[in-house]
Amino acid sequence: MAGNTEPLSPRAKLAVTAGKAAAAVSRAAGRGSGSVIGGKVALRLDPDLLGALAQHLDVVLVSATNGKTTTTRLIAEALRASGPVVSNALGANMPAGITSALAGGSDAKYGVIEVDEKYLAGVARDVTPKVIALLNLSRDQLDRAAETRMLAEKWREGLQGSKAVIVANCDDPLIVWSASSSQNVVWVAAGQEWKDDAWSCPSCGGVMQRPGDDWFCGECGFRRPAPTWALSGDHVLDPHGSAWPIHLQLPGRANKANAATSAAVAAVFGVPPQVALERMYQVQAVAGRYDVVTFQGRELRLLLAKNPAGWLETFSLIDPPPTPVILSVNARGADGTDTSWLWDVDYPRLAGHPIFVIGDRKLDLAVRLEVAGLDFRVCETLDEAVQLAPPGQIELIANYTAFQDVRRRVGN
Amino acid sequence: MSDNSLRLVWVYPDLLSTYGDQGNALVVERRARQRGLDVQRVDVRSDQPIPTSGDIYLIGGGEDRPQRLAAERLLRDGGLERAVSNGAIVFSVCAGYQILGKEFVNDQGQRQEGLGLLDVVTLRGEGERCVGDVLADIDPRLGLPQLTGFENHQGVTHLGPTAKPFARVTMGRGNGTGDGTEGAYNDTVFGTYMHGPVMARNPQIADLLLKLALDVNALPAIDDRWYEALRAERIAAATQPA
Repeated sequence: MAGNTEPLSPRAKLAVTAGKAAAAVSRAAGRGSGSVIGGKVALRLDPDLLGALAQHLDVVLVSATNGKTTTTRLIAEALRASGPVVSNALGANMPAGITSALAGGSDAKYGVIEVDEKYLAGVARDVTPKVIALLNLSRDQLDRAAETRMLAEKWREGLQGSKAVIVANCDDPLIVWSASSSQNVVWVAAGQEWKDDAWSCPSCGGVMQRPGDDWFCGECGFRRPAPTWALSGDHVLDPHGSAWPIHLQLPGRANKANAATSAAVAAVFGVPPQVALERMYQVQAVAGRYDVVTFQGRELRLLLAKNPAGWLETFSLIDPPPTPVILSVNARGADGTDTSWLWDVDYPRLAGHPIFVIGDRKLDLAVRLEVAGLDFRVCETLDEAVQLAPPGQIELIANYTAFQDVRRRVGN
Repeated sequence: MSDNSLRLVWVYPDLLSTYGDQGNALVVERRARQRGLDVQRVDVRSDQPIPTSGDIYLIGGGEDRPQRLAAERLLRDGGLERAVSNGAIVFSVCAGYQILGKEFVNDQGQRQEGLGLLDVVTLRGEGERCVGDVLADIDPRLGLPQLTGFENHQGVTHLGPTAKPFARVTMGRGNGTGDGTEGAYNDTVFGTYMHGPVMARNPQIADLLLKLALDVNALPAIDDRWYEALRAERIAAATQPA
């Protein structure tokens, strides 16, 4: 049977128990789910615990700047067709959170794990994954994160020699650069609307040429590899050229791309695309994202967008004007404390929507929208913004901690 | 510049547009249009020649490798130096500022030649990276109010005798030399470490560039409500303990 057929070492068992106890204390103290503190305690007692916990699992790692939580969820749903899955479904994606999630799944066959970009190479060494899915890389929290191309370089070095099948987006040059040092890559044409982090060739620095959907470096010949899987409108094209319809409750092109990648991952484990895609339909909201909630008698759709690429994909999925839009931006530690990135977001695309602005950094956003020539209202609270919004379902777009604030306020 | 048209050149967005500094181009463009100017914005990719007939050139910040490539390509092109000798105005930020100097240290740890439009030399700082909010007093000769911005750099920039400090920090690191200077300018060429982007928090800098380009002492007033609210908030936040 699947799962942990060999018992954990006494030390690993102790570490798991101590971690669970710490998590319970943290929960009791009202400090979140406790998964991170639990994982930290456990890892301190047994630094090899992550590897030990993963040893009996077929592990899939998922990393990206955007879409990793959702894709992790879609892959987990797809693989449940073939056996029990353990996953860090709530997005605790650093080694402690991952350890904690795996410790809770002793009967699982698969481990589907979202990994923070900075930790991917390390986690990939520890858990010997069968598959690594790489979706996209773009600028994000530049005041504290590594520069984007440096991150691609680290992935490339870290994945070199990995035995894993790399399922990677061939439409993102930085992803192709990261993945192409590996032996076994399945290329998925998943698309990438944001292009502003890959105008210079990651290999030689030449200026990238991007006619239509293609891209190549005019100087060194680094170019888009031919995909074996592709997103084509509302369908996934498999390696045999069959088109499978995507039916998701999740909105937007980016989620169709996530579904296409997830189908390619599931196929590595023998789950056929039609089965995988059917199961993905069940995914409704992911950690509150895309959820439609009722607040003060109004319907709000909660959308998370953390960086320019994420905002761009989000703008393409919201309902057209005159749908009211509430925007909320914070700049706390988890968001990055520099708000300059707002100027890389294509806000003019919101023309025609009634716009309401909230959040810690509403004034940065106000100047951004003023310069974009848009009409907007600055509000002190979510409640005020909702009261002022004209009729209709409201689209609410927020960055990370602003999104958490909104969820708390609406009781989601 | 001719009659009421303004040529605004945004230099190498493919390499030097990583930290939201294209906001400077958006702010200058917007404020020029609000004054009735006909703005022609030209975005020049690094495989294209730099036009020499622009009025205002803006250069942003970028990562270390793109910075090296940008300096190589600008030096080879020579258009920006020609534009400056024609009297053009250049405003540069962070990596762009370092490139305008005589020399900087590139991603390979080597000293690399800059354009020499500013008498500054940038070395790689040994200490912690300078990251955070900055407040500074701009050179009073420029007639600008307090400077507010966000810095994020490893470089330490030393000013030579013909470069004037753009500002003196009251909070934050600026040029990182420990002498309190922030940025540099000489005649119509300006450099700063301030992101934010700097014109969003200090629209008076955009107006200064417009006045220099138009050769006027004053511009018609426009609605600065949101800029002023943002400035007041950022200045207050920077002076309050976190």
